[in-house]
Amino acid sequence: MLKTLLGAAALSTLMMSAALAADVGPAIVFDIGGKFDKSFNESMFNGAEKFKKETSVAYGEFEIATEAQREEAIRNFADKGYSPIIAAGFAQAAAVEKVAKEYPDLKFAIVDMVVDLPNVESIVFNEHEGSYLVGMAAAMASKSGKVGFVGGMDIPLIHKFACGYAQGVKAANKDATIFQNMTGDTGAAWNDPVKGGEITKGQMAKGADVVYAAAGATGLGVLQAAADGGALSIGVDANQNYLHPGKVLTSMMKRVDVAVYNTMKDGVAGFKPGIHALGLKEDGVGYAMDDNNKALMTADMTAKIEAAKADIISGKLEVHDYMADNKCPVE
Amino acid sequence: MDLSIFLEILSSTMRMSVPLILACLAGLWSERSGIVDIGLEGKMLAGAFAAAAAASYFQSPWMGLFFAIIISLLMSLVHGYASITQRGNQVVSGVAINMLAAGLTVVIGNSWYKQGGRTPALDDLTRFMPIDFPGRASLFSIPVFGPISKIFLDHSILTYLAFAMVPLSAWALAKTRFGLRLRAVGENPHAVDTAGISVARLRYQAVIIAGILCGIAGTYLSTSLSAGFVRDMTAGRGYLALTALIFSNWRAWPALYACLLFGFLQAIANFLQGVHFFGLEIPVQFFNALPYVMTVILLAGFIGKSVPPRASGIPYTKDR
Repeated sequence: MLKTLLGAAALSTLMMSAALAADVGPAIVFDIGGKFDKSFNESMFNGAEKFKKETSVAYGEFEIATEAQREEAIRNFADKGYSPIIAAGFAQAAAVEKVAKEYPDLKFAIVDMVVDLPNVESIVFNEHEGSYLVGMAAAMASKSGKVGFVGGMDIPLIHKFACGYAQGVKAANKDATIFQNMTGDTGAAWNDPVKGGEITKGQMAKGADVVYAAAGATGLGVLQAAADGGALSIGVDANQNYLHPGKVLTSMMKRVDVAVYNTMKDGVAGFKPGIHALGLKEDGVGYAMDDNNKALMTADMTAKIEAAKADIISGKLEVHDYMADNKCPVE
Repeated sequence: MDLSIFLEILSSTMRMSVPLILACLAGLWSERSGIVDIGLEGKMLAGAFAAAAAASYFQSPWMGLFFAIIISLLMSLVHGYASITQRGNQVVSGVAINMLAAGLTVVIGNSWYKQGGRTPALDDLTRFMPIDFPGRASLFSIPVFGPISKIFLDHSILTYLAFAMVPLSAWALAKTRFGLRLRAVGENPHAVDTAGISVARLRYQAVIIAGILCGIAGTYLSTSLSAGFVRDMTAGRGYLALTALIFSNWRAWPALYACLLFGFLQAIANFLQGVHFFGLEIPVQFFNALPYVMTVILLAGFIGKSVPPRASGIPYTKDR
């Protein structure tokens, strides 16, 4: 008897929160690093701010400080009926999956990872396409014919960057050598600029003169070591050209801001569950051009890169996605 | 593998060993006096943050060093107060220091700079760069001799400071009255107390030395090896230093060798990733785990017993 009563009570709370859902508005859960990280999270924050400015609809936000908060933060928003709830970063996938199952009437979105549920939109990026273009730039800018790649944590997502980059390098210079290194196998690999710098020095000792960093804050050490040692570097996620003007060749940009903006704008009514891959075609990825790297990227280089970009968009050129089969056709 | 890469690895070994040496000596001083110091990691991290923040604010690496030492010293004194004056559990206090440093640096950094806990990037003038002595460029360009001399000469002043601390610590602990009393406190504090020497005073002095050394180690990480602070940038180096301390049996010179060995292993892990030996690719995890595996194996069978100071970890209470 007690059980039925409790069950009924639980059911009615669920229905109440579902009823509230329509009016509360969207929410966003940032990943560790916070919304001012000059990279991934800040980009998401900018997208959300743009939405707020245009529609004057407020959104809920939470900055994760420890791993344990992920699920609580998402559940907290779900309890209050926020929808859609956007989670930043691959590390939130497990939390999103769990909470989305508990609240089937609410809409969820996750960036950089796939959660296969009917009420979740998974936004992923074709990083391999953007990396392909910066790979071409690296090969064309390299004088030694040797280029480097420094990844963060050893996970398939980072291999996707590496593989696209390698394909681009080989496309521009088929004799080029690529040194690929990962910083580590734990979360600490995203925050070890010292190790990133040492790995970069190692690649430079082997002759690399352009190094691409896809390693979060570790990448700052990579860019620093390259600038100190007279080599070029390539930034990631946001436009990092300004960090060492004239020494960063370009940056592989992921337009997470656009993704967040679109999801918020679509809202509950226009919610599109399923996997959405944003590539060059959707302007989801790209390479950064500004005053800081104008002198480094010659007209000839950009012409070739633009040609490849057009081919990828039209489907004439297909860049292999490492995560499709966990293999890379080039080394 | 050609010679130039091998020379680069040796050069990298020097760089990677410096924070380990400083932290390991800090642990040595502290533990020789009977105070277990798990908080090396936290003090180094707080020092690294203070150094980067002060260097960028005052536009001077020396101010960075000064504030790093002050902050690290304060944390040391907290540890000292908890474990000497209050006779608390030293491991608990050390862990608390680590957690405090990991949290505070990010929170303060975020509220000051709004860069996810990072400090602004430092330029070359606000960092400890390799010493630019006269004739440097021409010396390094001499064939054979140049690259070899570069291993030893292409470093910042903090590197030489760290290496100079080793003979200094060894001498002070073995030959000076202060060092001998300090070691006695770590072995048998009652005897020292009976002789009319203050146990608490000696232990506080040891903890202060440890704080200063950790502050220098942190400064080296954030203003010499890299150009700014990033959250959790010590990445376990404090624990690795503790491992080296056990490995070296709580002695200064063996501590240097242990740290150089661990630095060498880190350098190899960074430089030889993806290198094939006899057609077999050696996973990088192997190199990363090697220091810990070696410590276990060598302690189990080769160097015999590793004996910590007898009174380490035990708060001193006068009999009544």
